Amino acid sequence: MEALLQHLVNGLVLGGTYALLGIGLTLIFGLMNVVNFAHGEFYTLGAYTAFASLALLGLPFLAAIPVAIVAGIVLGALCERVLLRPLRGESIDSVMLVMIGLWIAMQNAELLGWGGAAKSIAHPFPTAPIVAGPLGIAPLRLFVFVTAIALIGAAQLVIHRTRLGRAMRATFQDADTAALMGVRIRRIHTATFALGSGLAAAAGALLGPIFLVYPSMGDLASLKAFSVVILGGLGNVAGATFGGLLLGVVEELGAGYVSSGYRDAVGFVIIILVLLLRPSGLFARSERIG
Amino acid sequence: MRAIPLVLLAVLALTAPFWLANPYYLHVLIMAGIFAVLALSLNLLLGYTGQLSLGHAAFFGIGAYASALCTLKLGRSAWEGMALAALLAGVSGWAIGRLALKLRGAYFVLVTISFAGVISLVSVNWMELTNGPLGLPGIPAPELGPWSFRTKRAYYYLVLAAVALSYLVCRRLVDSRIGRAFLALRENEALAESVGIDVTRYLVIAAVVSAAMAGLAGGLYAHYTRFVSPEVFLFTYTVTMVIMVVAGGKGTLAGPIVGAVLFTALPEALREAASWQWQMLAYGLILVLLVFFLPRGIVPTLSRLRKSP
Repeated sequence: MEALLQHLVNGLVLGGTYALLGIGLTLIFGLMNVVNFAHGEFYTLGAYTAFASLALLGLPFLAAIPVAIVAGIVLGALCERVLLRPLRGESIDSVMLVMIGLWIAMQNAELLGWGGAAKSIAHPFPTAPIVAGPLGIAPLRLFVFVTAIALIGAAQLVIHRTRLGRAMRATFQDADTAALMGVRIRRIHTATFALGSGLAAAAGALLGPIFLVYPSMGDLASLKAFSVVILGGLGNVAGATFGGLLLGVVEELGAGYVSSGYRDAVGFVIIILVLLLRPSGLFARSERIG
Repeated sequence: MRAIPLVLLAVLALTAPFWLANPYYLHVLIMAGIFAVLALSLNLLLGYTGQLSLGHAAFFGIGAYASALCTLKLGRSAWEGMALAALLAGVSGWAIGRLALKLRGAYFVLVTISFAGVISLVSVNWMELTNGPLGLPGIPAPELGPWSFRTKRAYYYLVLAAVALSYLVCRRLVDSRIGRAFLALRENEALAESVGIDVTRYLVIAAVVSAAMAGLAGGLYAHYTRFVSPEVFLFTYTVTMVIMVVAGGKGTLAGPIVGAVLFTALPEALREAASWQWQMLAYGLILVLLVFFLPRGIVPTLSRLRKSP
């Protein structure tokens, strides 16, 4: 029982960052119909930016996360502008190939820039766990979870309470009508990709200190983001949030009770089962954004 | 007149081991041949039915492991191993096709990636069968009566025969009623269905043949390198196949072969000049540039240039 509770706590901590990754991807996938294989690379970018701001620039730990988010937003906007905008209206396959190309190029650029050796991000939190009854949680993990939830809340605010968010939701429902109402679709696409990439970078900066930072870390992150999107339903931000938490918990339970070697298979199996049995996602009333 | 370049090419291919003194060049050609089979196989799905499978390394890997285990654990010949490789890969292609070809576009792609991911994790974790990450060494080379395919020169001819076989199978299929059904549903699925083409049935046929060919390539690879490890499932293999097909020209039969030769030889040629990471970086950029500037691929662009002087 205590082990079960501990697994749940660990799973939720991981799940919070999976949710961040998934929200970013579900916006991009749902609104722009872009299968963003490079999503995990923005996660890696976030982790390396955090590492660089701490180790090279000497910024404080708390400043590293916003710096990583800004880096994700800027590079995301740039990629959308240069690669995706000219391809609007092309087949989804062409766009997919470009994203695969971007993924390989970014990952190997990171490999060239940082080398293959894994780096660890130093953090100021004490390593002794905070104990509450039978449960223990490392202060760093608690901080990561709280920050992730706060960022999810902030993303929800942007989507539901701002003009940009309203324009995004309108574009998702019907791009042509939204354009007729004066929404600048191209700008919305750039903003969506930038926001999604920023969230992925945030997830990288948050998980970087818990795990290690290495160039191919984004591959698994992409996989998890895709499973979260498919669990939650395309373009469904609330679904992605729950999907992320659920994936974290299921993975943790699977690793604890079945086999840790198959931990990463959970995401694959979820994708296969959900797509075959319930393609609109577990939480879908209908496909919608918000 | 039109046949002259083809005859010349055939003569070049058949005599290659005699004027290529360096065994390293022969090795590159053998790998190009194995990749040509893979690219032809992917092209059947991507080029003719329009379905992008990003799990093709799974069929390659299943073939490699099937063939390796068949010779190592069951003590059968390499030929039986390769037949089993094609068979097992074909069966998994059938299963994936039955299940996933209800889905289209991005969702089909994601299911194929996930399938490859699961299979790859099984190969790492099922220690008793696959020996895990350490892999299976000591796979025997094929023997045929008194002849052994242990030498590169002999193996080159084996691979060449496999490429020819795959080419003929694809050609026969594409020129048949089945091939026309493929094209019809690639161009307009609803229309194809309305004239009575059973979409799922034809897609499954394409998936089975394609997977079996990839499995055969896996078997060829296993008995050539005589070692298989979970690396055969690397996503890089799938991406390489996709680049070969797209660069050569999807939906043509010569395109994948041209792509395979080009993109096996090019990295080898660049090996001295640039490290592996630079090459992969270039691969990514090439893929992006191809979509922007050469979306049809090399072969269709060339044949267009020849037709319109």
